[in-house]
Amino acid sequence: MQHNEVIRSMKTVTLTLTNPSELLLEGQSITPDNFAGKKAAEIATLDVWEGKQKGPLGKYFTVAGDGGATAADTRIILRGDCTRVKRIGQQMTAGEIIIEGNADMYIGGWMKGGKIHVKGNVDSFCGIGMEGGELIVDGNAKHHVGASPRGEWRGMKGGLIRVAGSVGNDTATFINGGTIIIGGDADIHVSTHGEGGTVVIKGDARGRVGGQMVKGDIYVYGTIENPLPGFKMVGEVEQEVDGETALFAHYIGDLGERHPISRGKTVYANLYTRI
Amino acid sequence: MSELLIKNGFVFDPLQGIKGDRMDIGIKDGKIVETSALENPKTIDAAGMTVMAGGVDIHSHVVGPKVNIGRLFRPEDKLFKSPHKSPTCSRMEMGSSVPSTFKTGYDYARMGYVFVNEAAMPPLHSPHVHEEIRDTPIIDNAAMPVFGNNWFTLEYLKNNEIENNAAYTAWLLRATRGFGIKVVNPGGSEAWGWGLNCVHIHDPVPYFDITPARIIKGLIETNEHLGLPHSMHLHCNNLGNPGNYTDTLESLRLAEGYTPKNNFGREQVMHVTHLQFHAYGGDSWGNVESRSKDIMDYVNAHDNITVDMGQVTLDETTTMTADGPFEHHLRALNNLKWANVDVELETAAGVVPYIYSPKVKVCTIQWAVGLELALFSKDLMRTFVTTDHPNAGPFTRYPQVITWLMSRAARDETMKTFKWLDRTIESTSIDSIDRELTLYEIAQMTRAGPAKALGISNIYGGLAPGMDADVAVYPLNPEDMPSDPAAIEKAFARCAWLVKDGVVTVKDGEIVAEPAKRTIWVDVKVPDNAQVQRDIYEHFLRHYSVKLDNYSLFEEHLHNPRVIEVNAAQ
Amino acid sequence: MSKKVENVGCPYCGVCCDDLVVTVSDDGKKILEVENACAIGNQIFHHATGGERVRLPRLRQPDGTYKDISYDEAIDYAANVLYKAKKPLIYGFGSTNCEGMAAAAKVAEKAGAVLDNCASICHGSSFLAMFDNGYPSCTLGETKNRADVIVYWGANPAHAHPRHMSRYSIFPRGFFTGKGHKSRKIIVVDPRHTDTAQVADIYLQVQQGHDYELFDAFRAVVRGHEIPDVVAGIRREQIVEVADILKKARFGTIFYGMGLCHSDGRNHNVDIAISLTRDLNDFTKWTIMAMRGHYNITGPGAVWSWQYGYPYCLDLTKRDIAHMNPGETSSIDLAMRDEVDAFINIGTDAGAHFPIDAVKHLRKHPWITIDPNICMASEISDLHIPVGIVGVEVPGIVYRMDNVPIQYRKVIDPPEGVISDEEVFERIHKRLCELEAEEVAKEPVKAAPEGVRVGE
Repeated sequence: MQHNEVIRSMKTVTLTLTNPSELLLEGQSITPDNFAGKKAAEIATLDVWEGKQKGPLGKYFTVAGDGGATAADTRIILRGDCTRVKRIGQQMTAGEIIIEGNADMYIGGWMKGGKIHVKGNVDSFCGIGMEGGELIVDGNAKHHVGASPRGEWRGMKGGLIRVAGSVGNDTATFINGGTIIIGGDADIHVSTHGEGGTVVIKGDARGRVGGQMVKGDIYVYGTIENPLPGFKMVGEVEQEVDGETALFAHYIGDLGERHPISRGKTVYANLYTRI
Repeated sequence: MSELLIKNGFVFDPLQGIKGDRMDIGIKDGKIVETSALENPKTIDAAGMTVMAGGVDIHSHVVGPKVNIGRLFRPEDKLFKSPHKSPTCSRMEMGSSVPSTFKTGYDYARMGYVFVNEAAMPPLHSPHVHEEIRDTPIIDNAAMPVFGNNWFTLEYLKNNEIENNAAYTAWLLRATRGFGIKVVNPGGSEAWGWGLNCVHIHDPVPYFDITPARIIKGLIETNEHLGLPHSMHLHCNNLGNPGNYTDTLESLRLAEGYTPKNNFGREQVMHVTHLQFHAYGGDSWGNVESRSKDIMDYVNAHDNITVDMGQVTLDETTTMTADGPFEHHLRALNNLKWANVDVELETAAGVVPYIYSPKVKVCTIQWAVGLELALFSKDLMRTFVTTDHPNAGPFTRYPQVITWLMSRAARDETMKTFKWLDRTIESTSIDSIDRELTLYEIAQMTRAGPAKALGISNIYGGLAPGMDADVAVYPLNPEDMPSDPAAIEKAFARCAWLVKDGVVTVKDGEIVAEPAKRTIWVDVKVPDNAQVQRDIYEHFLRHYSVKLDNYSLFEEHLHNPRVIEVNAAQ
Repeated sequence: MSKKVENVGCPYCGVCCDDLVVTVSDDGKKILEVENACAIGNQIFHHATGGERVRLPRLRQPDGTYKDISYDEAIDYAANVLYKAKKPLIYGFGSTNCEGMAAAAKVAEKAGAVLDNCASICHGSSFLAMFDNGYPSCTLGETKNRADVIVYWGANPAHAHPRHMSRYSIFPRGFFTGKGHKSRKIIVVDPRHTDTAQVADIYLQVQQGHDYELFDAFRAVVRGHEIPDVVAGIRREQIVEVADILKKARFGTIFYGMGLCHSDGRNHNVDIAISLTRDLNDFTKWTIMAMRGHYNITGPGAVWSWQYGYPYCLDLTKRDIAHMNPGETSSIDLAMRDEVDAFINIGTDAGAHFPIDAVKHLRKHPWITIDPNICMASEISDLHIPVGIVGVEVPGIVYRMDNVPIQYRKVIDPPEGVISDEEVFERIHKRLCELEAEEVAKEPVKAAPEGVRVGE
């Protein structure tokens, strides 16, 4: 493959939040796709929103460095306190974003490719509607990690979300594909209405794990405080998960939900709890 | 008031038999006039363009409770799918398959339409329907109350009391400010009150013990007894199932022996809607096939019937119908979210999102069936363009439907995307049809024909002096038709000009004015009928959950009315 | 001669009784008697003419007192607040008519505001469940005429919807239910043994916060699966017994309330209740209905759905496209996160209903209350605009809890000079248009149409 042999020269754009907004910022333009092919000065003219006021990115951020030729050649580093900057990396297809601290809602929302690394915490709706790529959060995430947008039954389709800390409720609602790995605990509702994909909770889960779930896999390493009556244990299995092999109790469910039949056999969702 | 002269266009007006003649159209005080009557008109240069009357949609779900549930419960039909507001429009335009009221009005106007008949109004919800009509800009609206599962209707028709049923019908049209008699899955939606259905027209309705066949015939008789502008408007039983064409043919045969009695120029006694959903052979989804030929052979031979297509447009859409049991059936097929509203004493409704995919054989067969109906038709004054919006596709896809009808190349191009092309060709006739419809025939199917069938062709659907000055000019030269079908589609999607009530409303595909719209309803005078008054009083006293005096639409909730008066008192 | 007004709709709860008879004094200024209403409905009518009413808008002065001002001044103040704010929030609408809601939407769109209603802190979770799973429902007359099994789950109509049980569900004799209460089985599920539970044939004392698990158990049993011995505090045998009753009903309705919407999991509790209703329709006929609170709180969900496609939490700040995501664009979240910089409280009392932290954040910015009465919100506002009471002094369309529109009447005139919510918003809209035109005249470039933005 010729393509892989080309040494790609990734260019880095550094945004430093020097003049924070009074209310909050909606920064959906902060993606490698939008920065690609633009000089620093052009990037500074891209739109961000504070409520109904549209302003140039440069009003809030200092911009250093030019974008690469394509999104894949563009790396964005965000510095300063982005706790109140939403929608960074929304719908990005390639390239890289590094957020040095915290960030607000919708980080990596509807992401199709590339990589986002948040070194702090994120608020709700990160990785919502994700189709591909990688979203890494070193801290905690709030609610709706990798969930589907409101009313959408085609939830997360692909990609990887890795949250080192804990997450709030409604993780992976309507998940259809892809993988979510939570290092810490999860609040209620994991993979509700799920129809595919894999969710791994390395800590404890509070409850409602796999409710109304049709297909897909969930692993819980710790305890489930309130297991659902619709899951039934069917045996013990050894499985390799995230690079380590362990013994799990295997449950199928949600028995209250519909399930497809494939080659004469009913397909259930699988819940594995570590023994 | 202002005068306008639309100069030098190629005019297609089937109501007057004008077939693309190069003519001028004069407009004065909101009406079409002889050009000689103009003194100092503003001029619209329509040279090299196609001029038609404003479009008339005979069957579309645009306002009312089930449409609104479709909007409410589908936020995903908006996200990333709504256009940004046009700076020339006064309001935002949200939604895709189920657009907001504002988007509905704007998009119809951009396509050159001026009149849309809401296909199903649950009478209990008429104030809601009229609130939405108020908020639907530009286009004139009528709404048909549903009768086919109404307890009064079932009771009267069971006892063959046509006069009583007529008196009740007149009362309900007035109470709801309704337009005509809509019938949806007769008997079946009442059976759905118990989770049941009437699949065939001879299945008796539980408790009421009347058959759908009797309901259909009784409502034709009622309609002609009253002499309403429009005919009985029927959504047949057994919608959407393989092998249903035999039920459809049986339903069509019920019109035999009836002749229209009205003063509105209407020639049919039965309008059968979204015929595409009712023209399937086979006995399972595995062997479903087109029976459009059998259906159209019958329709072609019986001129007291009109039909509309219900063309599948191969989009993600939202199905919604007063056929409650059908939507329940559909949600079991695709497992998607399902809304249902049974309406006391009157009707039901269901809503389920649906994706018509070119990768699914059944969907591509449905696509072919719809087009075949039109292409097999021998009388396009009786065969109308619809998508049963939004059931088989959104109305915004009419330009694509027109293009498929006008261009074999366009059909071929679409068929190339089919995953099951061979199976689709095997199961349908579409590949053997070369017919390409003309602009005149499109004008028949989209304005002249529907207006005539609705009994409003003295006001809408044509360009004769005295009619409403609703004129659409399309950037399409009949003497130099584009070889690329996409150009036809583009022309019908965004008209060059729309004049509505004499006001220039669309220019170059953009809304430039939002003239006052109207609500059209039918007021029928019937002899006093003490028994019907007593029955109404009793049902409201015992069975309705609202008071009789709060049921009829208050005058203040009727917006800019245009009443069509009918005297059936003699 | 006193005058009787009949078929009057009641401006209290979502039951929307429309059979009230109100007797008005001969000068048309005093309400003398209200027949057929519950105690609370009765009170609303009597209150209208019983005491002193605010008759003029009141503006907060530097010394903290209120000063009466004219409607014109109040409208100008409100329009300027909306015009200058970066992200104003217009919230409430529990107690007004649909005409007022439509006018308010016009204002919000023009001003670039967030538009939200009381469902945001009430049945909003029902909307979320409808988005995800649909809503198999019916009108209340269907329940009255057909239902032989009624479930009240997490709802206590005996207190919150006083005439619900007698008008629609348990007691009335309908077309196919001639024996009334005798022909119906009543099941109540609630952690508390409420007054509604008193009339139940079967009462299930679900463990607080575990309704979801109980629904899951019902669904598993309906599909013929085994369940644990006890789920959510209920024994297996009783779950199996009730599941059998549900499956064998001729027609059933599940009425649910805040017990589902406001306990852990919120929308998911409603969502799985909808799933159970779907399942049961494979056996017989079942419907489900939210016990909506205020008489017209269903209204804004209807009006804004046809105008924008979203029932609540509408972020219209971009002015050319609407965005909705409860959890972000919901009033409490916006207030708690300090995301808004102006607040209009209309037809509700955010001062009483919002968490104190939310109120504190909102109070940092201009706060305007539009309400007929003095309430907590009006007393902490910068501006209070009094309006006529819908259903008493102002007519209009309201939507009952089952989405049926009811045409409300006017019984008496509002106090002299007091205008309607609709007129207030229409006039604010007009003033906003003027402010915009002034701005265009000053800076034509700034107000030019905005171009297409990147992404959503």
